[in-house]
Amino acid sequence: MFEVIFLQFLNGLDKGAAYALIALGLTLVFGTLGVVNFAHGALFMLGAFCAVTVRMFLTMETVTVDPEKLSPWGSPLEIREPLVQAWFGDFGAVLVNYSVPLSIIITIPIMLVVGIALERGIIKHFYKRSHAEQILVTFGLAIVAQEVIKSVYGPNPIPQPMPTDLRGAADIGAFLGMQANIITYPIWRLVYFVFAAVVIGGVFAFLQFTTFGMVVRAGMADRETVGLLGINIDRRFTIMFGLAAVVAGMAGVMYTPLLPPNYHLGMDFLVLSFVVVVVGGMGSLPGAVAAGFLLGILQSSASMNQVKAVFPGIDQIIIYLVAVIILLVRPRGLFGRRGVMEA
Amino acid sequence: MTILKRGLSRRRVLQTGMAGIIGSGVAPLVFTKGAWAQEFCNNPTGDTVVFGLNLPLTGTYAEEGADEQKAYELAIAHLNGEGDGGLLNVLQPSALKGNGILGKKVTYVSSDSQTKSDVARAGATRMIERDGAIMITGGSSSGEAIAVQGLCQEMGVIFMAGLTHSNDTTGKDKRRYGFRHFFNAYQSGIGLAPVLGDAYGKDRRAYHLTADYTWGWTQEESIKNATEGLGWETVAAVRTPLGATDYSQYLTPILNSGADVLILNHYGLDMVNSLTQAVQFGMRDRQANGKDFQIVTPLISELMAKGAGESVKGIFGTSNWHWNLQDPGSIAFTKSFGAKYGSPPSQAAHTAYVQALLYADAVERAGTFYPPEVIKALEGFEFDGMGNGPTVYRADDHQCIKSVLVVQGNESPTSEFDVLNVFQEIDRDTVAYDPAIFGGELGEAEPVPMCA
Repeated sequence: MFEVIFLQFLNGLDKGAAYALIALGLTLVFGTLGVVNFAHGALFMLGAFCAVTVRMFLTMETVTVDPEKLSPWGSPLEIREPLVQAWFGDFGAVLVNYSVPLSIIITIPIMLVVGIALERGIIKHFYKRSHAEQILVTFGLAIVAQEVIKSVYGPNPIPQPMPTDLRGAADIGAFLGMQANIITYPIWRLVYFVFAAVVIGGVFAFLQFTTFGMVVRAGMADRETVGLLGINIDRRFTIMFGLAAVVAGMAGVMYTPLLPPNYHLGMDFLVLSFVVVVVGGMGSLPGAVAAGFLLGILQSSASMNQVKAVFPGIDQIIIYLVAVIILLVRPRGLFGRRGVMEA
Repeated sequence: MTILKRGLSRRRVLQTGMAGIIGSGVAPLVFTKGAWAQEFCNNPTGDTVVFGLNLPLTGTYAEEGADEQKAYELAIAHLNGEGDGGLLNVLQPSALKGNGILGKKVTYVSSDSQTKSDVARAGATRMIERDGAIMITGGSSSGEAIAVQGLCQEMGVIFMAGLTHSNDTTGKDKRRYGFRHFFNAYQSGIGLAPVLGDAYGKDRRAYHLTADYTWGWTQEESIKNATEGLGWETVAAVRTPLGATDYSQYLTPILNSGADVLILNHYGLDMVNSLTQAVQFGMRDRQANGKDFQIVTPLISELMAKGAGESVKGIFGTSNWHWNLQDPGSIAFTKSFGAKYGSPPSQAAHTAYVQALLYADAVERAGTFYPPEVIKALEGFEFDGMGNGPTVYRADDHQCIKSVLVVQGNESPTSEFDVLNVFQEIDRDTVAYDPAIFGGELGEAEPVPMCA
């Protein structure tokens, strides 16, 4: 029984890491700019498609026809070879194999530019509007992004293979000194969890230990006073929007081997992440992370057969059920502050 | 008397009376012979006839839908006398002439069913009512097939099902206007169980993950019955939502469940995701109960095998047809399809193509598009040459009875298409069954409902 619970706990951490990463950016934007950004899921999806695009370039092929060999339908056989491999040999093969993690390098500047352009181009015009109007415009942006991706890449998911060295499962039980083959878990999911922990830790460290972060935190607490000190807080908040876009984009890239991305990917995660932000407390960074992991673990635990035998279908509704209970008991969420979204 | 003398004799009266009787009674029968041909839904009056293709071009079964579309376009081209003729050259017996159907050129309209039953039904309604489709065909989900089949029965339009594998399609939900060429879950169980017994032994503990809709339920039931018949124990059968993407929460409990076989009652993208993730969880490298852990995919296609890549190697499943069969029909179809599209056809493409041809042939044999006559032509029709050996469209349930393939993931593929091997061909007598076991009523063909 211990193994079952431990495995579901691991699985919950893994799910929670994805929820927390998206919710972190969502609440970061809300905490700094006061904008409820429903386009945040679309940024996750755009990040995923950065990985798709990088792989498409890396796997572009040369086609040569071998007239001496025939295909099963009698045509001369086409021999395809990735260009990168033709140019760089084994190094090219390594590039193709590690296309997903390598995509991060491309994704960071792209998402930073996308985030800043989005904030400067559209979202800044809605700072003084109501939350309802902000939700409408950002939701509209998300739909536009979806449709653009759909028209370019098609409607169907595009699988992204993980590096061959990181396929398969790690024997965690043996690592912990237990019997071998009892507690095994996919390596890439562990990689994703570690990646999420590093990114979340990095964001917190950036806000906690840098002057830039200190100013941003001060601006989150009292924007007007920071402005009166002669600091251009708007510019810093714009950069924070870009940073939130980068976090969402990187999360999307690393998730592609677990879930083949399609244009709807962002919307699937947005709803859950919004629940996570609300449960954690609007604008609270620790709240978003804590709620992400909490709901991930609860969802995973509810999938245990022993639980479903008592409450059939509980795994499908547990997140929303817990959200309702938490909001009834603590209307501002787990870490919510007085006055946030209460005007 | 005078009057009679002027010409209205008794003979004349009798003649006139007889003529009146004939005129008012018999003549209408004479003149309306074939008039029923005018009184059915979308009777084609011009020089073209429209097929309605209901295809899942998005959603879980989108790959199959796209391949079906290619197959229908190829079939329509062949019916109109274009291309190399494909299976028109090998269907036996055949009334097809390669000049359309009854001299009318075949055209088509299509609708994206999104792998959703309600969308499929709405699309079929639109194609019948707005576009004048004489026949509806396609689909890669039994949920869609059953929904559309019911609609077609209500509207008096023949439905030639595409890929649908649920026992219910020609079982409890069978309809007089619906016909299925594809095999079903029960036949998968009959074909697969002995192979599993030989390969993995009689003492196994199975864990099912099942897509939560009609097809998944019937496949789970059929495979459970078949494997329990071998002596296997079923540890658990867990339902997963159709279109689920992350299976980790369903896979984790399996690891310590005491099961040593995972049976994936999934199809399309669901199967690609669940199989790939199961392998990522290390299930194929595990030992359980002192045996190698095994994964079984009772229904598998080359499209899914290609999507799953390395994960599918060595895994057993069943298929309706495979492109590397060496009978003249399979060779002709693979050649025709491959030359046009640059890849071999999938089983979904094959069944779609065959259904289009069988409908056209039945109309030619009936000499009319009138659905009850076409239904009569299809019921009990024995044919060969379409790649599945001798086949009969069984009149009792409109299920094609033909051979079934047990396939296995290729351990050493020679190309990106060479992903499955035909392990065994199960002859049609072995997979035949009593249609009464699934119940259901076909309903009547007449009176023909009018669609509008």
